[in-house]
Amino acid sequence: MAAPLVSIRGLSVDFDDGRRAARAVDGVDADIAAGEAVGLVGESGSGKSVTWLAALGLLPNRARVSGEVRIGGMNLIGAERRVLEGVRGKRIAMIFQDPSSCLNPVHRIGRQVTEALRLHRGMDGRAAEAEALRLFDQVGIADAKRRLSDYPHQLSGGLNQRVMIAIALAGQPELLIADEPTTALDATIQAQILLLLSRIRRETGMAMVLISHDLGVVAENVDRVCVMYAGRIVEQAPGEALFDTPHHPYTQGLLAALPTLTGPRRRLAAIPGSVPEPWNLPVGCRFAPRCPAAEERCRHEAPPRRVIAPAHQAACHFDVAGQSVWPAQEAAE
Amino acid sequence: MLAFALSRLARAAITILFVVTFAFIVLRLSGDPALLIMSVDAPPEAIEAFRKAWGLDRPIWEQYLAYAWHALTGDFGKSMRDGRPAIDLVLERLPATLAITLPALALKLGIGIPAGIYAALHRNSLADRLTMMVSVAGFTMPSFVLALVLVLIFGVTLGWLPASGADSVWHAVLPIVTLGTAGAAIMARFTRSAMLEVLGQPYIRAASAKGLAWWLVVAKHALPNAAIPTVTIIGFMVGSLVAGAVIVESVFAWPGIGRLLVSAVANRDLAVVQALLMVIAAWMVLANLCVDLAYGWLDPRVRSGAR
Repeated sequence: MAAPLVSIRGLSVDFDDGRRAARAVDGVDADIAAGEAVGLVGESGSGKSVTWLAALGLLPNRARVSGEVRIGGMNLIGAERRVLEGVRGKRIAMIFQDPSSCLNPVHRIGRQVTEALRLHRGMDGRAAEAEALRLFDQVGIADAKRRLSDYPHQLSGGLNQRVMIAIALAGQPELLIADEPTTALDATIQAQILLLLSRIRRETGMAMVLISHDLGVVAENVDRVCVMYAGRIVEQAPGEALFDTPHHPYTQGLLAALPTLTGPRRRLAAIPGSVPEPWNLPVGCRFAPRCPAAEERCRHEAPPRRVIAPAHQAACHFDVAGQSVWPAQEAAE
Repeated sequence: MLAFALSRLARAAITILFVVTFAFIVLRLSGDPALLIMSVDAPPEAIEAFRKAWGLDRPIWEQYLAYAWHALTGDFGKSMRDGRPAIDLVLERLPATLAITLPALALKLGIGIPAGIYAALHRNSLADRLTMMVSVAGFTMPSFVLALVLVLIFGVTLGWLPASGADSVWHAVLPIVTLGTAGAAIMARFTRSAMLEVLGQPYIRAASAKGLAWWLVVAKHALPNAAIPTVTIIGFMVGSLVAGAVIVESVFAWPGIGRLLVSAVANRDLAVVQALLMVIAAWMVLANLCVDLAYGWLDPRVRSGAR
């Protein structure tokens, strides 16, 4: 594999509010190749969003970030504000969960798009407006000309997310971080937005990180999936390998919790317990308290990352060889 | 927009009518002006004649209708003290009051808003804590206390500024500072919390993620949104330009509306009190109207709601 576009090494994020310290991200390593689509899955609070907010320096000041995030040989962690401002939107763009509150309510959306065009491509006046129209067409906003002078509250959530995507595309970024881009939207709109993101990725060749708590959303839209649990990446694998032969008990549990369209009706299995609080993380394997296969060692030693196949790694002491550690589900009556 | 403005105007008229009516009734229930102006030991015939001359012997509803009718034609009655039209007495005091309240307003906004913005942008820093401490001290101290402290320091001990009266520009300094201090403190706190609220919004993070420099994020995305709640408090301050200096004018013997109000109430000079309240109410209502219009101008969501 050629040198990755973005390379994350040992990224950790601590929040310290003076009363207790919380580790939200703990030693994350990841590479994103140019043009690649990577899914980042995990429950709420597992550190998915924080990882990328930290990479772009968008966390509040009280967050302490360590490690490295490299793009083109440049380390973003601890970089000067001006360096970060040059990367944001230009090389790495990011869109967020609730599009309607991510657009400034007092500015027309056209102005919010041309603002990015002026910033990243030095476009003004007519040229900027023409390009904004083209971007609106590209993201499938009908009647683009009239929409330019609308305010965010006049648009639906799905349209607002399309506007956000248009803004993200304005800088012609090499990587788009889509942080739960469809969570706040209706199911039908969700499918449209995901299709749109895939199409745009094909058209522009940019890489994409799709952050979601929903394995189903990620499954069809990415080449490779990283599963995060309590601040660590526990398993990463190409999409198919992950779904066919999950190696980490947590991944297996997540998949068991998904309903299937084919096969017998069965009770959906929930993973017992809940995600540990970030200020009270277990020593050793973070998943040990909820893992049916956990042994004494798991409670003391953090598991190493084991290579299963060339692009498949899992952080577990055991090699379960694709066999689920979870008890078989009885069929529902 | 026209319907919006018309409904606002109608509401404004009703508010003023309500104030005038209320003042009329309360003033007439609160004591007999004849006794006060003629003094208690005046001969009963003289008091009776006074009552008759001013219409005080008629039933209250008749007095009210007569008053309202005259008011509609621009006649607000005459001062019972010196017989001049009440409205003239009020209007000739207005410039003196505005001479201290307008500079005080400039002080409130000119110090309060930048201080609040600075404090919000440097949240929890030493400067933020200091600003907020000073601001708590500023608005918790009653204006008469602050006025006396300032007189003591700058008027008596240092002798730099005159302590009372209205003979020169220098006489206005202490009243202005007294009025401005509390207002600036309130403005600073309000601006700070409005800014903090806005800075926590997702669109601020999204604007940063776009690659905008931080000062542009603040100037173009945070400030226009923080201005919306701040307008409310500015409206209050503009509304109190006319009647907000009663105590300060009394302490500094400043010949404005406030002192006229105090003396007119003490003297039961009914027509003057009513004219004063009418002017004050009209100004407040006008200020409120401006706030409503400013909302529409600043916030497109309000604009389309009114459509």
